[in-house]
Amino acid sequence: MTRRLPRVSLALLGLLVLASVVVPWVSPYDYYTPSWDALDLGPQWQDWHLLGTDDLGRDLLVRLMWGCRISLLVAAAASLTSLFIGVLWGVTAGYAGGRTDGWMMRAVDVLYSVPFIPFVIVLTVIFGRDIVLLFIAIGAVSWLDIARIVRGQTLSLRQREFIEAARAGGLSGAQIIRRHLLPNLLGIVIVYLTLTIPTVILIEAFLSFLGLGAQSPLTSLGVLIADGAAQMRGRPRLLICPAVLLALIVYCCNRIGDALRDAYDPSST
Amino acid sequence: MTDTVTPLLQIQDLSVRLPSQAGELLAVDAASLSLQRGRILGIAGESGSGKTQLLLALLGLSPQGARLSGSARLAGQELIGATESSLRRLRGNRIAMVFQDAMTALNPQLRIGLQLAEVLQWHRRCSRAEARERSLAMLEAVGIGEPVRRYAQYPHELSGGMRQRVVIAMALLCEPDLLLADEPTTALDVTVQAQILDLLLDLRDRTGMAILFVTHDLGVLAQIADDVVVMQSGQVVEQADALTLFASPRHAYTQRLLAAARRLEIPAQEAP
Repeated sequence: MTRRLPRVSLALLGLLVLASVVVPWVSPYDYYTPSWDALDLGPQWQDWHLLGTDDLGRDLLVRLMWGCRISLLVAAAASLTSLFIGVLWGVTAGYAGGRTDGWMMRAVDVLYSVPFIPFVIVLTVIFGRDIVLLFIAIGAVSWLDIARIVRGQTLSLRQREFIEAARAGGLSGAQIIRRHLLPNLLGIVIVYLTLTIPTVILIEAFLSFLGLGAQSPLTSLGVLIADGAAQMRGRPRLLICPAVLLALIVYCCNRIGDALRDAYDPSST
Repeated sequence: MTDTVTPLLQIQDLSVRLPSQAGELLAVDAASLSLQRGRILGIAGESGSGKTQLLLALLGLSPQGARLSGSARLAGQELIGATESSLRRLRGNRIAMVFQDAMTALNPQLRIGLQLAEVLQWHRRCSRAEARERSLAMLEAVGIGEPVRRYAQYPHELSGGMRQRVVIAMALLCEPDLLLADEPTTALDVTVQAQILDLLLDLRDRTGMAILFVTHDLGVLAQIADDVVVMQSGQVVEQADALTLFASPRHAYTQRLLAAARRLEIPAQEAP
């Protein structure tokens, strides 16, 4: 029984996380100080501008790595919160069934109908522009999908005989959810999580593009891509670098997610 | 049958009404039967005759929205309308159930051992080590070789017969007074089926538990049952001891069932 680990993807993602922590720390440059002497340089060794500088003379590599930090942080925090709320909500609704299920899912429907962008704008008006707000806003929206999927899966699992066998064994609802439902939901939840992470990164990019996300000079991959897109005629480097990085992260997440799903299904060898 | 001893299980006019699109469906219609300790009562009937609903009603596991009436007493204790918490203490403990399909009656994501031990840990409040000890002993008792290795395996790593043995072991862990067996051999091939029936007879002799054995296979009942109840569309149409019933069925429906079973035996013998 040999499980093939996605070694390349794991290594690549690990390397990126490591680099995003180490590079801004080691580099002589920071992500926010403009430099009049180094406007718009190409990649070069002598001043350690390995990827060159942007139109304000800030080192591109350092800004990329900061963007990576922020994007990954938002993605991790938002998808974990949405996972936690979504799974709990979905499994409770699905297992309880009947009227409880009806009310809980109606609540999800209502939240679904809240338009996302105005919702975020209202939040920023009330609480000011803050990166934490991004977590909350994205988390508040993306748990709805997970809750629906988990509920659907729970409904079909509940029909299976082993759940009835567990009830016939005298186990309580909480025990059945913990011991029998959650392990069986893990596979689909993990697959969905790997879909959520790239989506969250993209939502963050979109919000940043609208000026609701990371605020300049703080950056994220989304901000970098938006900035780069504005200048792609003259300086394609500014668009290509963050875009490639984003694609790499999304690819690695998908690859690792596939492998995790296989690992959590004991009947697949 | 004499009524001098109070029976272990006494069912009186038990009815189960299930909600359906076209009003209520009478799944079990005023069924009455009784079962003594150490006896095996077979319930025969075609699909949809209410056999399984009868068993589920005893455990309080009828589908949502079902209405129950009548009475079922386990050693004097009323089961119908009992509170959920008192039923939970009975389930798996004094009344245990063996399900039809061992392929789906075990959680595919949990090791065999965990599934056995959790029943014990809950009902007997025993430690993990003790639960493991008793589970291993029970696996041995139901004829599973290398119990230590099996204990750490997942259900899909076992054969069908082995899984059914595990399901039976799970039901017997708390030494129930009453075992409900819902077609436990239907999904198995004939040789394994015979082994499982022998196992159940043997366990009955050793523990003195009573078994309520539901099946549509009259051949199986002839091998295992002391008494037989025949059900048709929710009603008990005939109740007799096994020998009498097979020798001289009184009810027309029983006669038809038996005739159908006999007809099917002939081509089976001719097969190479």
